[in-house]
Amino acid sequence: MEIDFKHNQAAHCENGVISNLLTHNGYPISEPLAFGIGSGIFFVYLPFLKINFAPGISFRPMPGLIFKRLSKRLGVKIKRQKFRNSITAKTALDELLNNNIPVGLQVGVFNLTYFPDVYRFHFNAHNLVVYGKDKDTYLISDPIMDTVTTLTSVELDKVRFAKGAFSPKGQMYYPISIPKELDLKKAIKRAIRSTCNEMLAPVPIVGVKGMRMVARSIKKWPKKIGVKKTNHYLGQIVRMQEEIGTGGGGFRFIYGAFLEEASQIMNNPELKALSKEITEIGDSWRDFAIDASRLYKNRSKEFDGYSKVSEKLMLLADREEVFFKKLKKSIT
Amino acid sequence: MKVNEVPQDKSDPSMANWKELCYAVDENGNYTTQQSRGWEPKGIALNKSLELIDERVKEIKLKVINKELSPIVYYMELNRMDLTVLADYMGKWKWLVKRHFKPAVFNNLGTKTINKYANTFNISVEQLKDISL
Repeated sequence: MEIDFKHNQAAHCENGVISNLLTHNGYPISEPLAFGIGSGIFFVYLPFLKINFAPGISFRPMPGLIFKRLSKRLGVKIKRQKFRNSITAKTALDELLNNNIPVGLQVGVFNLTYFPDVYRFHFNAHNLVVYGKDKDTYLISDPIMDTVTTLTSVELDKVRFAKGAFSPKGQMYYPISIPKELDLKKAIKRAIRSTCNEMLAPVPIVGVKGMRMVARSIKKWPKKIGVKKTNHYLGQIVRMQEEIGTGGGGFRFIYGAFLEEASQIMNNPELKALSKEITEIGDSWRDFAIDASRLYKNRSKEFDGYSKVSEKLMLLADREEVFFKKLKKSIT
Repeated sequence: MKVNEVPQDKSDPSMANWKELCYAVDENGNYTTQQSRGWEPKGIALNKSLELIDERVKEIKLKVINKELSPIVYYMELNRMDLTVLADYMGKWKWLVKRHFKPAVFNNLGTKTINKYANTFNISVEQLKDISL
Protein backbone atom coordinates (compact mmCIF):
# COMPACT_ATOMS: atom_id res chain seq x y z
CA MET A 1 0.00 0.00 0.00
CA GLU A 2 1.07 3.56 -0.53
CA ILE A 3 0.05 6.57 1.54
CA ASP A 4 -0.51 9.81 -0.34
CA PHE A 5 2.54 11.59 1.08
CA LYS A 6 4.15 14.71 -0.33
CA HIS A 7 7.93 14.51 -0.39
CA ASN A 8 9.75 17.82 -0.06
CA GLN A 9 13.50 18.00 -0.22
CA ALA A 10 15.03 19.69 2.82
CA ALA A 11 18.50 20.77 3.79
CA HIS A 12 18.50 18.97 7.12
CA CYS A 13 16.98 15.56 7.87
CA GLU A 14 15.43 16.34 11.24
CA ASN A 15 13.69 19.57 10.23
CA GLY A 16 12.74 17.96 6.93
CA VAL A 17 10.96 15.05 8.58
CA ILE A 18 9.14 17.34 11.03
CA SER A 19 8.08 19.68 8.26
CA ASN A 20 6.93 16.86 5.96
CA LEU A 21 5.05 14.98 8.71
CA LEU A 22 3.24 18.09 10.00
CA THR A 23 2.42 19.19 6.46
CA HIS A 24 0.96 15.75 5.81
CA ASN A 25 -1.28 16.21 8.86
CA GLY A 26 -2.64 19.46 7.49
CA TYR A 27 -0.28 21.90 9.19
CA PRO A 28 2.06 23.21 6.51
CA ILE A 29 5.19 24.29 8.34
CA SER A 30 8.26 25.11 6.30
CA GLU A 31 11.67 23.66 7.08
CA PRO A 32 13.12 27.01 8.28
CA LEU A 33 10.13 27.54 10.56
CA ALA A 34 10.54 24.06 12.05
CA PHE A 35 14.27 24.71 12.47
CA GLY A 36 13.76 28.08 14.15
CA ILE A 37 10.96 27.00 16.48
CA GLY A 38 13.07 24.00 17.49
CA SER A 39 15.99 26.39 18.26
CA GLY A 40 18.18 24.54 15.78
CA ILE A 41 21.03 27.03 15.59
CA PHE A 42 23.77 26.27 18.07
CA PHE A 43 27.50 25.98 18.57
CA VAL A 44 29.44 23.68 20.81
CA TYR A 45 33.13 22.74 20.98
CA LEU A 46 34.04 19.43 22.59
CA PRO A 47 37.84 19.25 22.56
CA PHE A 48 37.88 16.19 24.82
CA LEU A 49 35.55 14.21 22.55
CA LYS A 50 37.36 12.98 19.46
CA ILE A 51 35.19 12.28 16.42
CA ASN A 52 37.02 10.81 13.44
CA PHE A 53 40.30 11.67 15.20
CA ALA A 54 39.49 15.36 15.49
CA PRO A 55 37.88 17.39 18.29
CA GLY A 56 34.09 17.43 18.22
CA ILE A 57 32.45 20.56 16.90
CA SER A 58 28.76 20.90 16.29
CA PHE A 59 26.64 23.63 14.78
CA ARG A 60 23.43 21.98 15.99
CA PRO A 61 22.01 20.69 19.26
CA MET A 62 21.84 17.00 20.20
CA PRO A 63 20.02 14.85 17.65
CA GLY A 64 16.29 14.78 18.35
CA LEU A 65 16.30 17.96 20.40
CA ILE A 66 14.98 20.21 17.61
CA PHE A 67 11.97 17.94 17.21
CA LYS A 68 11.43 17.70 20.95
CA ARG A 69 11.46 21.46 21.47
CA LEU A 70 9.26 22.12 18.48
CA SER A 71 6.57 19.68 19.59
CA LYS A 72 6.67 21.07 23.11
CA ARG A 73 6.43 24.68 21.94
CA LEU A 74 3.57 23.98 19.54
CA GLY A 75 1.77 21.52 21.80
CA VAL A 76 2.05 18.70 19.27
CA LYS A 77 1.99 15.26 20.87
CA ILE A 78 4.42 12.79 19.35
CA LYS A 79 4.35 9.06 19.95
CA ARG A 80 7.84 7.55 20.11
CA GLN A 81 8.67 3.88 20.35
CA LYS A 82 11.90 1.92 20.64
CA PHE A 83 12.22 -1.82 20.19
CA ARG A 84 14.30 -4.65 21.49
CA ASN A 85 14.10 -6.85 18.41
CA SER A 86 13.55 -6.51 14.69
CA ILE A 87 10.39 -8.61 14.48
CA THR A 88 8.27 -6.48 16.82
CA ALA A 89 9.77 -3.36 15.26
CA LYS A 90 8.70 -4.51 11.80
CA THR A 91 5.19 -5.54 12.88
CA ALA A 92 4.59 -2.22 14.62
CA LEU A 93 5.72 -0.30 11.54
CA ASP A 94 3.60 -2.39 9.16
CA GLU A 95 0.54 -1.93 11.34
CA LEU A 96 0.85 1.88 11.23
CA LEU A 97 1.35 1.84 7.47
CA ASN A 98 -1.78 -0.31 7.15
CA ASN A 99 -3.64 2.40 9.05
CA ASN A 100 -2.43 5.01 6.54
CA ILE A 101 -0.03 6.68 8.97
CA PRO A 102 3.35 7.78 7.57
CA VAL A 103 6.04 7.03 10.15
CA GLY A 104 9.26 8.84 11.00
CA LEU A 105 12.27 6.64 11.72
CA GLN A 106 15.66 7.24 13.27
CA VAL A 107 18.27 5.30 11.32
CA GLY A 108 22.00 4.75 10.93
CA VAL A 109 23.63 6.12 7.80
CA PHE A 110 26.30 3.47 7.19
CA ASN A 111 24.02 0.92 5.54
CA LEU A 112 21.78 3.34 3.63
CA THR A 113 22.27 1.90 0.17
CA TYR A 114 21.13 4.99 -1.71
CA PHE A 115 23.74 7.24 -0.05
CA PRO A 116 26.97 7.95 -1.93
CA ASP A 117 29.79 5.84 -0.51
CA VAL A 118 31.75 8.86 0.73
CA TYR A 119 28.95 9.81 3.13
CA ARG A 120 28.53 6.38 4.66
CA PHE A 121 29.85 6.76 8.19
CA HIS A 122 28.61 5.26 11.45
CA PHE A 123 26.34 8.20 12.16
CA ASN A 124 23.13 7.01 13.77
CA ALA A 125 20.91 10.05 14.07
CA HIS A 126 19.60 10.33 10.54
CA ASN A 127 15.84 10.67 10.01
CA LEU A 128 13.49 9.58 7.24
CA VAL A 129 9.81 8.84 6.66
CA VAL A 130 8.33 5.52 5.56
CA TYR A 131 5.13 6.15 3.64
CA GLY A 132 4.20 2.78 2.23
CA LYS A 133 5.13 -0.76 1.42
CA ASP A 134 5.11 -2.78 -1.77
CA LYS A 135 5.52 -6.50 -1.03
CA ASP A 136 8.94 -6.62 0.62
CA THR A 137 10.00 -3.09 -0.32
CA TYR A 138 9.43 -0.03 1.83
CA LEU A 139 8.72 3.34 0.23
CA ILE A 140 11.07 5.91 1.73
CA SER A 141 10.94 9.68 1.79
CA ASP A 142 14.40 10.78 2.88
CA PRO A 143 14.21 14.57 3.26
CA ILE A 144 17.75 15.26 2.11
CA MET A 145 17.20 13.34 -1.14
CA ASP A 146 15.93 14.93 -4.32
CA THR A 147 13.14 12.35 -4.78
CA VAL A 148 11.60 9.43 -2.92
CA THR A 149 13.45 6.13 -2.80
CA THR A 150 13.03 2.54 -1.53
CA LEU A 151 14.65 0.05 0.84
CA THR A 152 14.05 -3.71 1.15
CA SER A 153 12.88 -4.95 4.53
CA VAL A 154 16.34 -6.45 5.20
CA GLU A 155 18.04 -3.15 4.38
CA LEU A 156 15.57 -1.19 6.49
CA ASP A 157 16.09 -3.54 9.42
CA LYS A 158 19.86 -3.03 9.20
CA VAL A 159 19.63 0.77 9.38
CA ARG A 160 16.97 0.70 12.13
CA PHE A 161 19.19 -1.46 14.30
CA ALA A 162 22.53 0.17 13.55
CA LYS A 163 24.90 0.13 16.53
CA GLY A 164 27.25 2.63 18.14
CA ALA A 165 26.67 6.12 19.59
CA PHE A 166 23.00 7.23 19.42
CA SER A 167 21.99 3.76 18.20
CA PRO A 168 18.39 4.13 17.01
CA LYS A 169 17.08 0.85 18.50
CA GLY A 170 14.40 0.76 15.84
CA GLN A 171 12.99 4.07 17.03
CA MET A 172 9.88 5.28 15.21
CA TYR A 173 7.65 8.30 15.78
CA TYR A 174 4.54 10.02 14.47
CA PRO A 175 2.27 12.86 15.65
CA ILE A 176 -0.83 11.63 17.51
CA SER A 177 -2.49 14.91 18.40
CA ILE A 178 -2.06 18.42 17.07
CA PRO A 179 -3.87 21.42 18.59
CA LYS A 180 -6.55 22.93 16.33
CA GLU A 181 -4.83 26.30 16.24
CA LEU A 182 -1.06 26.45 16.40
CA ASP A 183 0.09 29.44 18.44
CA LEU A 184 3.04 30.28 16.21
CA LYS A 185 3.69 33.73 17.70
CA LYS A 186 4.18 32.44 21.20
CA ALA A 187 6.31 29.53 20.01
CA ILE A 188 8.57 31.76 17.91
CA LYS A 189 9.09 34.17 20.78
CA ARG A 190 10.06 31.39 23.16
CA ALA A 191 12.29 29.77 20.56
CA ILE A 192 14.20 32.96 19.74
CA ARG A 193 14.71 33.72 23.42
CA SER A 194 16.12 30.29 24.14
CA THR A 195 18.39 30.42 21.07
CA CYS A 196 19.82 33.77 22.17
CA ASN A 197 20.38 32.52 25.70
CA GLU A 198 22.25 29.50 24.40
CA MET A 199 24.42 31.38 21.93
CA LEU A 200 25.31 33.94 24.61
CA ALA A 201 25.62 31.39 27.42
CA PRO A 202 28.39 32.01 29.96
CA VAL A 203 29.87 28.58 29.23
CA PRO A 204 33.35 28.47 27.66
CA ILE A 205 32.58 25.75 25.11
CA VAL A 206 29.09 26.87 24.04
CA GLY A 207 27.87 29.50 21.59
CA VAL A 208 29.90 32.63 20.95
CA LYS A 209 32.38 31.71 23.69
CA GLY A 210 32.87 28.29 22.13
CA MET A 211 33.74 29.90 18.80
CA ARG A 212 36.35 32.06 20.50
CA MET A 213 37.84 28.99 22.15
CA VAL A 214 38.16 27.27 18.76
CA ALA A 215 39.67 30.43 17.27
CA ARG A 216 42.30 30.56 20.02
CA SER A 217 43.08 26.86 19.54
CA ILE A 218 43.55 27.21 15.76
CA LYS A 219 46.33 29.67 16.43
CA LYS A 220 48.07 27.23 18.78
CA TRP A 221 47.55 23.99 16.84
CA PRO A 222 50.34 24.26 14.20
CA LYS A 223 53.03 24.52 16.91
CA LYS A 224 51.40 22.15 19.33
CA ILE A 225 50.28 19.25 17.14
CA GLY A 226 51.92 19.92 13.78
CA VAL A 227 50.61 21.16 10.46
CA LYS A 228 49.25 17.83 9.25
CA LYS A 229 46.98 17.32 12.23
CA THR A 230 45.95 20.98 12.24
CA ASN A 231 44.84 20.64 8.63
CA HIS A 232 42.82 17.57 9.50
CA TYR A 233 41.15 19.46 12.38
CA LEU A 234 40.38 22.42 10.12
CA GLY A 235 38.91 20.05 7.54
CA GLN A 236 36.68 18.61 10.22
CA ILE A 237 35.40 22.08 11.19
CA VAL A 238 34.56 22.87 7.57
CA ARG A 239 32.82 19.52 7.16
CA MET A 240 30.65 20.10 10.22
CA GLN A 241 29.86 23.59 8.96
CA GLU A 242 29.10 22.79 5.34
CA GLU A 243 28.23 19.17 4.87
CA ILE A 244 24.77 18.05 3.80
CA GLY A 245 22.26 19.05 6.39
CA THR A 246 23.40 22.56 7.17
CA GLY A 247 21.97 24.29 4.12
CA GLY A 248 25.32 26.10 3.98
CA GLY A 249 27.16 28.44 6.33
CA GLY A 250 26.65 26.33 9.45
CA PHE A 251 22.83 26.67 9.37
CA ARG A 252 23.06 30.50 9.28
CA PHE A 253 21.15 30.69 5.98
CA ILE A 254 18.29 28.48 7.18
CA TYR A 255 18.09 30.67 10.24
CA GLY A 256 17.94 33.73 8.00
CA ALA A 257 15.02 32.17 6.15
CA PHE A 258 13.36 31.48 9.51
CA LEU A 259 13.74 35.09 10.68
CA GLU A 260 12.26 36.30 7.40
CA GLU A 261 9.20 34.08 7.89
CA ALA A 262 9.00 35.00 11.57
CA SER A 263 9.03 38.69 10.70
CA GLN A 264 5.84 38.21 8.69
CA ILE A 265 4.10 36.06 11.29
CA MET A 266 5.03 38.39 14.16
CA ASN A 267 4.52 41.50 12.04
CA ASN A 268 7.95 42.65 13.17
CA PRO A 269 10.06 44.37 10.48
CA GLU A 270 13.09 44.31 12.75
CA LEU A 271 13.33 40.55 12.31
CA LYS A 272 13.57 41.00 8.54
CA ALA A 273 16.55 43.33 9.03
CA LEU A 274 18.13 40.76 11.35
CA SER A 275 17.53 38.08 8.72
CA LYS A 276 19.64 40.15 6.36
CA GLU A 277 22.33 40.50 8.98
CA ILE A 278 22.60 36.77 9.72
CA THR A 279 22.76 36.13 5.95
CA GLU A 280 25.82 38.37 5.77
CA ILE A 281 27.32 36.55 8.75
CA GLY A 282 26.64 33.26 6.94
CA ASP A 283 28.54 34.61 3.92
CA SER A 284 31.50 35.28 6.20
CA TRP A 285 31.33 31.71 7.47
CA ARG A 286 31.63 30.62 3.84
CA ASP A 287 34.69 32.86 3.44
CA PHE A 288 36.16 31.29 6.55
CA ALA A 289 35.65 27.84 4.98
CA ILE A 290 37.34 28.94 1.75
CA ASP A 291 40.37 30.29 3.63
CA ALA A 292 40.61 27.16 5.77
CA SER A 293 40.33 24.92 2.71
CA ARG A 294 43.24 26.76 1.07
CA LEU A 295 45.37 25.80 4.05
CA TYR A 296 44.52 22.10 4.03
CA LYS A 297 44.61 21.92 0.25
CA ASN A 298 48.13 23.21 -0.18
CA ARG A 299 49.63 22.00 3.08
CA SER A 300 51.39 25.35 3.25
CA LYS A 301 54.01 25.55 5.93
CA GLU A 302 53.44 29.18 6.86
CA PHE A 303 51.90 29.66 10.29
CA ASP A 304 50.72 33.05 9.14
CA GLY A 305 47.70 31.55 7.34
CA TYR A 306 46.52 29.88 10.51
CA SER A 307 46.50 33.08 12.55
CA LYS A 308 44.53 34.74 9.76
CA VAL A 309 41.88 32.01 9.82
CA SER A 310 41.84 32.22 13.60
CA GLU A 311 41.27 35.98 13.47
CA LYS A 312 38.46 35.49 10.99
CA LEU A 313 36.69 33.14 13.37
CA MET A 314 37.26 35.53 16.27
CA LEU A 315 35.64 38.28 14.23
CA LEU A 316 32.68 36.01 13.45
CA ALA A 317 32.20 35.39 17.17
CA ASP A 318 32.18 39.14 17.82
CA ARG A 319 29.62 39.76 15.09
CA GLU A 320 27.39 36.95 16.31
CA GLU A 321 27.53 38.24 19.85
CA VAL A 322 26.22 41.61 18.67
CA PHE A 323 23.66 39.87 16.47
CA PHE A 324 22.15 37.65 19.14
CA LYS A 325 22.01 40.50 21.64
CA LYS A 326 20.03 42.54 19.11
CA LEU A 327 17.81 39.57 18.31
CA LYS A 328 16.99 39.08 21.98
CA LYS A 329 15.98 42.70 22.32
CA SER A 330 13.87 42.65 19.15
CA ILE A 331 11.27 40.26 20.55
CA THR A 332 10.71 41.81 23.95
CA MET B 1 24.45 33.89 -0.21
CA LYS B 2 22.54 34.90 -3.35
CA VAL B 3 20.77 32.38 -5.54
CA ASN B 4 23.31 32.79 -8.34
CA GLU B 5 26.14 32.29 -5.85
CA VAL B 6 25.01 28.82 -4.77
CA PRO B 7 28.05 26.75 -5.76
CA GLN B 8 27.74 24.21 -8.56
CA ASP B 9 31.22 22.68 -8.43
CA LYS B 10 30.88 19.49 -10.38
CA SER B 11 34.48 18.81 -9.41
CA ASP B 12 33.32 18.20 -5.83
CA PRO B 13 33.72 14.42 -5.82
CA SER B 14 31.66 13.92 -2.69
CA MET B 15 28.42 14.73 -4.43
CA ALA B 16 28.48 12.24 -7.35
CA ASN B 17 25.01 12.45 -8.81
CA TRP B 18 23.08 14.14 -6.12
CA LYS B 19 22.04 17.64 -5.33
CA GLU B 20 21.63 19.13 -1.92
CA LEU B 21 19.27 21.90 -0.94
CA CYS B 22 20.63 25.31 -0.01
CA TYR B 23 18.90 28.42 1.25
CA ALA B 24 19.74 31.61 -0.62
CA VAL B 25 18.43 35.10 -1.23
CA ASP B 26 16.80 36.07 -4.56
CA GLU B 27 17.17 39.40 -6.40
CA ASN B 28 14.43 40.98 -4.25
CA GLY B 29 16.24 40.07 -1.05
CA ASN B 30 13.82 37.27 -0.11
CA TYR B 31 14.78 33.76 0.88
CA THR B 32 14.25 30.87 -1.49
CA THR B 33 15.79 27.45 -2.00
CA GLN B 34 18.28 26.33 -4.63
CA GLN B 35 19.92 22.98 -5.25
CA SER B 36 23.68 22.79 -5.16
CA ARG B 37 25.81 20.27 -7.03
CA GLY B 38 28.68 20.62 -4.61
CA TRP B 39 31.26 23.00 -3.24
CA GLU B 40 35.00 22.62 -3.55
CA PRO B 41 36.11 23.56 0.01
CA LYS B 42 33.95 20.89 1.59
CA GLY B 43 34.72 18.36 -1.14
CA ILE B 44 38.42 18.67 -0.40
CA ALA B 45 37.80 18.35 3.34
CA LEU B 46 35.84 15.15 2.82
CA ASN B 47 38.41 13.72 0.43
CA LYS B 48 41.26 14.48 2.81
CA SER B 49 39.51 12.68 5.63
CA LEU B 50 38.88 9.65 3.38
CA GLU B 51 42.55 9.69 2.35
CA LEU B 52 43.42 9.55 6.03
CA ILE B 53 41.29 6.42 6.46
CA ASP B 54 42.94 4.83 3.41
CA GLU B 55 46.36 5.61 4.81
CA ARG B 56 45.48 3.99 8.11
CA VAL B 57 44.00 0.92 6.41
CA LYS B 58 47.27 0.46 4.49
CA GLU B 59 49.35 0.78 7.65
CA ILE B 60 47.21 -1.72 9.48
CA LYS B 61 47.26 -4.13 6.56
CA LEU B 62 51.04 -4.26 6.83
CA LYS B 63 50.85 -4.88 10.56
CA VAL B 64 48.38 -7.71 10.01
CA ILE B 65 50.64 -9.29 7.41
CA ASN B 66 53.55 -8.97 9.86
CA LYS B 67 51.38 -10.69 12.49
CA GLU B 68 51.47 -7.69 14.83
CA LEU B 69 47.68 -7.30 14.72
CA SER B 70 44.76 -9.61 14.00
CA PRO B 71 42.63 -9.24 10.83
CA ILE B 72 39.80 -7.87 12.98
CA VAL B 73 41.55 -4.49 13.19
CA TYR B 74 41.90 -4.40 9.42
CA TYR B 75 38.22 -5.09 8.77
CA MET B 76 37.19 -2.69 11.52
CA GLU B 77 39.07 0.14 9.78
CA LEU B 78 37.85 -0.95 6.37
CA ASN B 79 34.27 -0.63 7.63
CA ARG B 80 35.08 2.81 9.06
CA MET B 81 34.31 1.54 12.56
CA ASP B 82 36.07 2.25 15.81
CA LEU B 83 36.36 0.07 18.90
CA THR B 84 33.12 1.43 20.42
CA VAL B 85 31.04 0.74 17.33
CA LEU B 86 32.53 -2.71 16.77
CA ALA B 87 32.06 -3.73 20.40
CA ASP B 88 28.43 -2.60 20.22
CA TYR B 89 27.80 -4.63 17.05
CA MET B 90 29.43 -7.66 18.67
CA GLY B 91 27.54 -7.23 21.92
CA LYS B 92 30.84 -7.54 23.82
CA TRP B 93 32.86 -5.45 26.24
CA LYS B 94 35.38 -3.17 24.59
CA TRP B 95 38.33 -4.70 26.43
CA LEU B 96 37.28 -8.14 25.20
CA VAL B 97 37.17 -6.98 21.57
CA LYS B 98 40.50 -5.24 22.11
CA ARG B 99 42.02 -8.53 23.25
CA HIS B 100 40.94 -10.08 19.96
CA PHE B 101 43.22 -7.57 18.22
CA LYS B 102 46.15 -9.77 19.30
CA PRO B 103 46.92 -12.42 16.67
CA ALA B 104 47.59 -15.07 19.34
CA VAL B 105 44.17 -14.52 20.97
CA PHE B 106 42.44 -14.27 17.59
CA ASN B 107 43.83 -17.63 16.45
CA ASN B 108 42.28 -19.31 19.48
CA LEU B 109 38.78 -17.82 19.07
CA GLY B 110 35.85 -20.24 18.93
CA THR B 111 33.80 -20.74 15.76
CA LYS B 112 30.84 -18.90 17.24
CA THR B 113 32.78 -15.70 17.83
CA ILE B 114 34.55 -15.97 14.48
CA ASN B 115 31.21 -16.37 12.71
CA LYS B 116 29.84 -13.35 14.50
CA TYR B 117 32.78 -11.21 13.41
CA ALA B 118 32.41 -12.43 9.84
CA ASN B 119 28.71 -11.57 9.92
CA THR B 120 29.35 -8.15 11.37
CA PHE B 121 31.81 -7.33 8.60
CA ASN B 122 29.59 -8.98 6.00
CA ILE B 123 32.35 -11.34 4.81
CA SER B 124 33.05 -15.08 4.86
CA VAL B 125 35.02 -16.79 7.62
CA GLU B 126 37.83 -17.53 5.13
CA GLN B 127 38.08 -13.84 4.25
CA LEU B 128 38.18 -12.95 7.93
CA LYS B 129 41.08 -15.30 8.54
CA ASP B 130 43.04 -14.28 5.45
CA ILE B 131 42.87 -10.60 4.51
CA SER B 132 44.39 -11.19 1.07
CA LEU B 133 41.16 -12.87 -0.11
